[in-house]
Amino acid sequence: MSDSTVTEIFSHELPATPWDPAKKEIERAKIQVAMIGLCGCWGCNLSLLDIDEAILGLLEKVTITRASFTDLKRIPHRCAIGFIEGGVANEENIEVLEHYRENCDILISVGACAVWGGTPAMRNMIPLEECLSEAYIDSPTAVPGAKKVIPFHQDIPKITTRVYPCHEVVKMDYFIPGCPPDGAAILKVLDDLVNGREVDLPKAINRYD
Amino acid sequence: MNQKTRQILEHYHSDKTRLMDMLWDLQREDGYISDAAVASLAEGLNLSALDVRETLSFYHFFHDRPFGKHKIYLANSVIAKMNGYDDVRNALEQETGCTFGGVDASGTFGLGDANCIGLSDQEPAMMVDEVVFTNLTAAKIRDVVTQLKQGKTAVEIANPQGVSSKDVAYVDAMVASNIRNQGAVMFKADRDYRAILKACLDTHPQEVIETMTNASLRGRGGAGFPTGLKWQLGRNAEGDEKYIICNADEGEPGTFKDRVLLTRSPKDVLLGMVMAAFAIGSRHGILYLRAEYCYLRDYLQQQIDAFRHEGLLGEQILGAAFDFDIRIQMGAGAYVCGDETALIESCEGKRGTPRVKPPYPIQQGYLGMPTSVNNVETLAIASRIIEKGSDWFSAMGTDESTGTRLLSVAGDCDRPGIYEIEWGTTLNEVMQMIGANDPNAVQISGPAGDCLSVEKDGDREFCYSDLSCNGSLMVFDKSRDILHVVRDFMQFFVEESCGICVPCRAGGVDLLHKMELVIAGRASQQDIDEVTSWSKLLKATSRCGLGTASPNPILATLDKFPEIYAQKLVVQKGALLPSFDMDAAMAGYDLAQKSLVEEA
Amino acid sequence: MRIHITLDGQSVITREGDMLVDVAASNGVYIPTLCYVRGKPCLGTCRTCSVRVNGNIMAACTIPVSDGMEVEVNEPEVTDMRKALVELLFSEGNHNCPSCEKSGRCELQAVGYEVGMMVSRFPYKFTPRTRDYASNALWLERDRCIFCQRCVEMIRDKETGQKIFSIESRGTQATIEIDVELANRMPPEQVREAAELCPVGCIIEKSLGFNDPIGKRKFEIKSIRERALERVDK
Repeated sequence: MSDSTVTEIFSHELPATPWDPAKKEIERAKIQVAMIGLCGCWGCNLSLLDIDEAILGLLEKVTITRASFTDLKRIPHRCAIGFIEGGVANEENIEVLEHYRENCDILISVGACAVWGGTPAMRNMIPLEECLSEAYIDSPTAVPGAKKVIPFHQDIPKITTRVYPCHEVVKMDYFIPGCPPDGAAILKVLDDLVNGREVDLPKAINRYD
Repeated sequence: MNQKTRQILEHYHSDKTRLMDMLWDLQREDGYISDAAVASLAEGLNLSALDVRETLSFYHFFHDRPFGKHKIYLANSVIAKMNGYDDVRNALEQETGCTFGGVDASGTFGLGDANCIGLSDQEPAMMVDEVVFTNLTAAKIRDVVTQLKQGKTAVEIANPQGVSSKDVAYVDAMVASNIRNQGAVMFKADRDYRAILKACLDTHPQEVIETMTNASLRGRGGAGFPTGLKWQLGRNAEGDEKYIICNADEGEPGTFKDRVLLTRSPKDVLLGMVMAAFAIGSRHGILYLRAEYCYLRDYLQQQIDAFRHEGLLGEQILGAAFDFDIRIQMGAGAYVCGDETALIESCEGKRGTPRVKPPYPIQQGYLGMPTSVNNVETLAIASRIIEKGSDWFSAMGTDESTGTRLLSVAGDCDRPGIYEIEWGTTLNEVMQMIGANDPNAVQISGPAGDCLSVEKDGDREFCYSDLSCNGSLMVFDKSRDILHVVRDFMQFFVEESCGICVPCRAGGVDLLHKMELVIAGRASQQDIDEVTSWSKLLKATSRCGLGTASPNPILATLDKFPEIYAQKLVVQKGALLPSFDMDAAMAGYDLAQKSLVEEA
Repeated sequence: MRIHITLDGQSVITREGDMLVDVAASNGVYIPTLCYVRGKPCLGTCRTCSVRVNGNIMAACTIPVSDGMEVEVNEPEVTDMRKALVELLFSEGNHNCPSCEKSGRCELQAVGYEVGMMVSRFPYKFTPRTRDYASNALWLERDRCIFCQRCVEMIRDKETGQKIFSIESRGTQATIEIDVELANRMPPEQVREAAELCPVGCIIEKSLGFNDPIGKRKFEIKSIRERALERVDK
């Protein structure tokens, strides 16, 4: 995907305000947690935020390195727990998921898309060629007479033949269904892991929709 | 409603349990079963059209749209693939001008696949209309197709002498029996059926049952249920009517012994049915003949008619107060109908879906009445036991597996064909008998059975407590790729699953995919562990024997030939799972780009 | 006849010939089911009620109880098998709960929660299936059909007794079909009956859609387990 003639800078390589060393030490001693979205709607990431003040009880023990409020593309250092939203629908999703698998001890599929493909996977019942044709070539909004183009650029990740659940690409350790799962479900799993309990999502908060 | 449909309905008294026969009659008339014909039939039977389609669409050989003037089905068994199947297949497509699964432009030929058609000793083989052609080569295909194009019928080509289809010479003209040895029980010439039956009818039905029990005869279909006990249960069961069904639906790939028995000794089988009927008190018998053996139908009907003419069937048989007659029920291509309850459903004109058990057929079978379903070979043997006595029979074989059994031998050996062996014979002895060349693996009882390693299992004995073989025996030498054989077997189960229960319908597909993953070199130990666990699920929870047996090809080869799997397994490197096919994942976009933009 | 069986180690007195699945429910032991409808002939298609009977795995809806029967329901291996069967169904069809009208009222989903399914261990197959909108009051969303055969066996034309729903083809090729002419004769209460009998969102009543708000849906008001156990007591 990369082109040697172009200099690419990732967001995590940009200059950043240095940490207060004392605070950094405290945070680094905690359990590192990260969350990222692949092919999803970001709703599951919002569910993490929806935990609201209930997260406070855990902040003694955990710190969140990457989530909606820290817009990093890479995990800055190894994490204990990684939450993945969304399924795998393009080349970049594969790369990101690989990066998380390599850098997280425990990886968790969060939400319908990560768990089984979800709504984006509705395209799996239709050949990719047909999908792309409908979207770009024979689209009702296509400009008549214009050159037929399917967007292709080195900065646009190539779409995969079909949408894959995360666990068909890398090993996933736990699954939280839901569209999106309730913040309480994510918190429960996190709380179990942080406190060394066997992960158990009770029936009352397990939802597929 | 057209004249023909009305005639068909009248002929079968608008009895919906005869739907299979009506569909066959319609297809014979028009070449396929049109929507209009379905509608008329439904109206005449007070069924919804879709109800008729439930049956029609279940069976492989029924067609709801034109499938050519000549319907050609090439057997795609593993044995055929060892003997030049690909050349034959290509020649068929080339000569007929149509691709498999379709019809040529002129509507002359329809080409289809068929699973085992009971000719593994002379494959490649194909069915064309109502006859078969064996030992096929590309040259033979060219010859047959040319003649068909010239306007000859398949029957005329297969039977150039014009022998009547009621004559055994008609069958012999197209299929070799290949009986390789003469045993003590089967294929005896010049039996005095009248005298044997007379002696039987002079005894009490209970004595017939006791003779079976004393002989320790067990069903030859595979399950090995004691025949005496089955008949006793049938005799004790309450029912206004009772039925005897001869299961001539041998669909287990590799088996063809019933074909040979019905060709060479049909009256042994008929006699066995009469005796069974006498034992349990039945007046009606059905011989369920698989569609793949349709070229035997007229011949068998002739044998039944001859029996009736001699007074061995019909009313007051040989002067006794005992009426019994037999009709032939044609199947239409469904392996699952080998299951006795599925077979009964099929006899009732329905989809071949195995019933929930209990109740068992011997309690509530055909039309809800007590029904004894017996294998062709069992019935033939029973007639010999009544003739010669239980002591004569039980002196052969072993203590718990008495007598002999027929083996249908195919694959890598000098003399494929039919062998009668005494129970207790070892695998090595059989290998010697058949002239096996450098044998490596032996599949017994078909895909549903077991895979043996000649090296490890050579001294094991054929008997119910060890190698409980149902008659199918396929030999693979060291040059054969066992993983591909296993893959084919798994494909077979997926194609033949009736789909009524979840584990077999959905789980079979997952096992097949795992085999493909192994063969592609993208499986890890984790996949093998999953295969083992999922197999256990299918075995434990499937509704009938097809589902419970479907994981056997994988389980047996994992047990006997673990090294062939080990060679293929990979160890995961990096984060991506080995089963994730990156090339396939990225291929779709490039292909779409090419065909939609570059080539457009 | 009064007989005695062992149910998860507990001794139970019951009546010979009653169906095991009902006997278990009467004694407070829930066995998940998808094809079974109490009081109707057993279909034995989904196998979700698999339990161990005298050492063998059997579908509890197909087994009449007999004296001395040893039954294990909540034993780890057989519990996992039931879960696996539910997972097989989720991977076989296209069960997109977030977009389904039946969500919250769906028996497959409710049983999924009961067996604790988070994901299917089997690969999701995404088999393309077409919809059938041809009849006036009902439509078939085949993505969700689990081939339980309830509609095939239990919904018949009032006048002729003919099948309205049927299964076409076999195995992985099988599809659920609807006889449009007969379906258009169904009285409104039978239309509702068919839609409610369908354990998933395959048979859907037209112009109804998402009629209950989230939180007030059938199995949110009372779980499928509670319903199964309570129905027996009445």
